[in-house]
Amino acid sequence: MTDKPSQPIIEFSNVTKRFGTLTVLDDFNFKVAKGEKVTLIGPSGSGKSTVLRILMTLEPFQEGRLALAGMSYHEPNGKGPFKASEKHLHQIRSHIGMVFQSFNLFPHMTVLRNVVEAPVRVLGLPRGEAECRAVDLLAMVGLADKKDHYPSQLSGGQQQRVAIARALAMRPRVLLFDEPTSALDPQLVGEVLSVIRGLAHEHDLTMLLVTHEMRFAREVSDRVCFFDKGRICEQGEPNAIFGAPKEERTREFLQSVLS
Amino acid sequence: MMYGYEWDTTTWLTYATSILPIILIGLTVTLKAAAAGFAIALVLGLVFALLRRSRIKAISWTTAVVVEFLRDTPLLVQLFFLYYVLPDFGIVLPAFLTGALALGLQYAAYTSEVYRGGIEAVPRGQWEAATALNMTRMQTYRDIVVPQAVPRILPAMGNYLVAMIKETPVLSVVTVLEMMGLANMISERTFEYLVPLTMVGLIFLLLTLVCSAALHRLQLALPKAGIPLK
Ligand SMILES: Nc1ncnc2c1ncn2[C@@H]1O[C@H](COP(=O)(O)OP(=O)(O)O)[C@@H](O)[C@H]1O
Ligand SMILES: [Mg+2]
Repeated sequence: MTDKPSQPIIEFSNVTKRFGTLTVLDDFNFKVAKGEKVTLIGPSGSGKSTVLRILMTLEPFQEGRLALAGMSYHEPNGKGPFKASEKHLHQIRSHIGMVFQSFNLFPHMTVLRNVVEAPVRVLGLPRGEAECRAVDLLAMVGLADKKDHYPSQLSGGQQQRVAIARALAMRPRVLLFDEPTSALDPQLVGEVLSVIRGLAHEHDLTMLLVTHEMRFAREVSDRVCFFDKGRICEQGEPNAIFGAPKEERTREFLQSVLS
Repeated sequence: MMYGYEWDTTTWLTYATSILPIILIGLTVTLKAAAAGFAIALVLGLVFALLRRSRIKAISWTTAVVVEFLRDTPLLVQLFFLYYVLPDFGIVLPAFLTGALALGLQYAAYTSEVYRGGIEAVPRGQWEAATALNMTRMQTYRDIVVPQAVPRILPAMGNYLVAMIKETPVLSVVTVLEMMGLANMISERTFEYLVPLTMVGLIFLLLTLVCSAALHRLQLALPKAGIPLK
């Protein structure tokens, strides 16, 4: 690992992202320190998901630089949309995981198999060892007794907790959450948030969380970033953002979601 | 007489029983050709579908052209081509193999479209989850996408199997002695067509009914969400 403690683990420098003629991120700059818990809030369409999806290598970007743990997303002689080889992207992805709004569990696999599959196939862990670890992770999210169920037999909240265990099984240093509770019935939100709250106490894990759960954001984040039209309009400690927002747009947004 | 079998045309019943052994010999050839052809179609169809989805344009385009060509030319033409033209290039295949290959190639073009539809129907979120878990494209196809596509495409595959079985008589033109060809030979010698052709028709009917029923059972037995590989 080349990153020094002082170096940010995530660094967007002048990144521009377009979908056709629509510019979603324009000259975007954003740094996250190792172990930091950052929440991204803001109106729908403001580019929050795009930031996470670019980090997860699900979307390429057109201009600027992005680095994760000191590794650039572009290689000098790289090809393809990322201008990087698959091998290089594979290396980047080994440090980062993502939890999706719609869970995206593998429906044809049991819960245990969902968690075990990638560690066995990608990390090359022996199946027995991977299963031991998976059972521990499932216990941590409170679902040890569901390991032989299929995703369709679980509630949304349970599925999302399995998805978190599945992401953790790859031992990421950075974990991205894209509205992890937005697809859930209100009474199931709490169980997922309490799992994420537990992770927020992990000192070494860097977390980026997009959410509309403002109370939760205030409680777990080190920093809150308010997005508007593809830029970070305002950012700071949760108490500053929620208690005394400086920007008019932030105040409007918070008023609209808190009322 | 044929292969040492005598036949007796006094009544239709004696006629039918006396030619049954030969018809059954033909049936085994028909079944083997259909099985071999379908196996080729299943494997090659998947290969075509994956190549067609390749991100390298030269590969996906070439595959598209080959598939289109196979789909849009008659099986008979392809069969003659393999049988009469390949030897000019020093490739001499036994008649049976030529027949199975021709069937397999043409139906691979059909099944590749079925695979493609099945693969495209797997939600994008599944691909994204696999990427987030750092799985390669190949691993994603093998462990996530194809297993989920299989239950969806089973009915369409079944229809092509039945259609292929019904097309096996065309192999008789390159001297494969399958059921229909043998029945025809018998008829030409006895000048009595009704009984042999009726028998062949009934056996085909039985075959397709059995296949459809078996496929239906298989479909019920398979989990709808797909089967993970070991
Ligand atoms: N695949 C896509 N193709 C075209 N436009 C897209 C695509 N994904 C997102 N966008 C657009 O990019 C903008 C930002 O989207 P997104 O990052 O999802 O916002 P947020 O997560 O903040 O709601 C939106 O205007 C959206 O319509
Ligand atoms: Mg979003």
